[in-house]
Amino acid sequence: MKFTWFNLMPWPHLPDDFREKNRSVWVDIPQSLYDPEVGNRVYHEYMDQLEYADSLGFDGIGVNEHHQNGYGLMPSPNIIAAGLARRTSRAAICVIGNSIALYNPPIRVAEEFAMLDVISGGRLIAGFPVGTPMDTNFCYGQIPALTRDKYYEAHELIMRAWTESEPFAFDGKYNQLRHVNCWPKPIQKPHPPIYIPGGGSIETWDFCVDNDYNYSFLSFNGYVAGQALLDGFWERVAAKGVDESPYRAAFAQIICVGETDQQAEELYAEHVLYFYNRCLHVFPGFAEPPGYRTLKTIKAGKLSQLSAEAQKSFQSLTWKDLVEGGYVIAGSPDTVRERMEHMIKGLRIGHVFCLMHNGNMPDWKTRHSTKLFAEKVMPGLQDLWPDWKGDDRWWCKPYEGRVRPEDGIDAARADARLPERSGR
Amino acid sequence: MNERTIETRKGIGCTVREAGSGPPLVFFHGAGGLQPEEPVLEGLAREFRVFAPEWPGYGEQESEEAIEDMLDFALHGWDVVDALGLDATPHLVGHSMGGMIAAEMACLNPGGLDRLVLVCPAGLWLDAHPIPDIFAMLPFELAEALFLDPQAGEKLLTQGLDFSDMAALQDFLVGNARRLGTAGKILFPIPNRQLAKRLYRLSAETLLVWGRQDRLIPPVYAERWQELLPASQLALVEAAGHMVPYEQPEAVREAIAKFLGA
Repeated sequence: MKFTWFNLMPWPHLPDDFREKNRSVWVDIPQSLYDPEVGNRVYHEYMDQLEYADSLGFDGIGVNEHHQNGYGLMPSPNIIAAGLARRTSRAAICVIGNSIALYNPPIRVAEEFAMLDVISGGRLIAGFPVGTPMDTNFCYGQIPALTRDKYYEAHELIMRAWTESEPFAFDGKYNQLRHVNCWPKPIQKPHPPIYIPGGGSIETWDFCVDNDYNYSFLSFNGYVAGQALLDGFWERVAAKGVDESPYRAAFAQIICVGETDQQAEELYAEHVLYFYNRCLHVFPGFAEPPGYRTLKTIKAGKLSQLSAEAQKSFQSLTWKDLVEGGYVIAGSPDTVRERMEHMIKGLRIGHVFCLMHNGNMPDWKTRHSTKLFAEKVMPGLQDLWPDWKGDDRWWCKPYEGRVRPEDGIDAARADARLPERSGR
Repeated sequence: MNERTIETRKGIGCTVREAGSGPPLVFFHGAGGLQPEEPVLEGLAREFRVFAPEWPGYGEQESEEAIEDMLDFALHGWDVVDALGLDATPHLVGHSMGGMIAAEMACLNPGGLDRLVLVCPAGLWLDAHPIPDIFAMLPFELAEALFLDPQAGEKLLTQGLDFSDMAALQDFLVGNARRLGTAGKILFPIPNRQLAKRLYRLSAETLLVWGRQDRLIPPVYAERWQELLPASQLALVEAAGHMVPYEQPEAVREAIAKFLGA
């Protein structure tokens, strides 16, 4: 098993009456709610936590991309990842990911990811989401019905830029480039592992299986609701006749560990509820622009949130709802380990994105939960897939001789991997 | 009105409603599509041979992938006119998005039409008067933006379906996803594809028709159209919103008939 510590980087100061006063946490969230001076401390606290997770032995540390979003302060996850690449030297750096349809030209993503892979010494895991409608269409203005087409073209351009050994011309519908010549190139060959964060479209499942990419199901609805989606993915894997390595799939899960079940509720309930009841207050008009989703998905979707009445009354989830409904895995180390095992086996996943900072959780509680997980939960879950031991096809392959910032740059010079400083 | 399917020289199937006799008139519908009852067209059919083609993404023809941008729409519009096999140069009439495309067609091929009628057309943008974003509206909000009388308007939009009935809402959303998904190719995120810089080519005599209480594209846009088309005429219709052809059909029919008959 691989465990990646993930921070969505929520703004921790949304007011109590946020939902009553504002229609959405995303896209048109009021400017007045952000304070850059407070933000200075927030970024450093969150980045420190990611580094702390590396020091505790998590396999990966993860960041993602959102725009104009009160629960995601990373319009550019690459900036955060660059900071992490310089302050860690062990854990994989999972950027899940860059919304490749948004960049003109998307060669920018090939270049920045290559830089991250080189700086981190081959520790990058590269995510290519299609992107949410909020980010892609309403914040970044992409035409809904053409977003997926543009995504596929961007994917083709990036992969060719990484794998071809000579400059080439690219005559796309959305990108025309006379001289594609990605310079620098990634350390990992032929390219870093690719993760596709997605929802439940058959197109995305097939795209992952056909290209041997990891399918990452990211939602906040937990493992109970996620079962149907992962089942759908595994059906496509079986139908296409490829092996059923659990490492083909990843799942994001909110996890809170206390000394006891009761302590977990006492310590974390208010922060998890802040996340569900405040951070996830997204105006439904931003969630479904016509053309973004396939007709099939709409027919299968839940639409009750779109009525006029639903806009006036807010459903408030309780801790009990969240734990019993499987949205959140919380409790003592034993409880969490048992639920995690159930989840991992049920969903058949080799990777878990552990969402361990939630809502407005203070630093000490985040570290408390993280430490308990690393020391008392993770060890008991590491060998759940003995038949697939050593299957690292979807994991990064760090360069052995990489510069390790904690050893100091001089150590690399002593090995003659770097030239002597002049005058020494 | 009768309905038939034609095929353009590109091979795109197109359902066309038609009625009446007289000089040919081709009507291009807006982002909402043709309604079951089209009183303005039925009225105009007393004096004109009226054709109302459906855009790709609307109706039964699943041809929307062939249309990606404004040039595709405008050329498809002319392909449809060609496929109708008319014996005279037609008048073009367009409502909202249909007006935007008709104006673009008139710029591309000024000799291909007789007169032009634009009913509260999309296609221009004024920073001081941003057009509300129909793509982020919930179903119940659409009617408020489109109609002077939202309650009557919701009945037309839903064709009697009850939006509190989830199955009906789902059907509506599926149709809406196809229609507005296609319309989004020229209307999202801002309904402006730089038509203004091509309007100098528009030489047809032009009538603008506008609902005085249009909340989606307010009448201040009529002023902008008149600045860009100084020879155009304006018929401002009282007691109507953006869906002026359905809220005041007789006034709209009369204004169009008078202009085209002049």
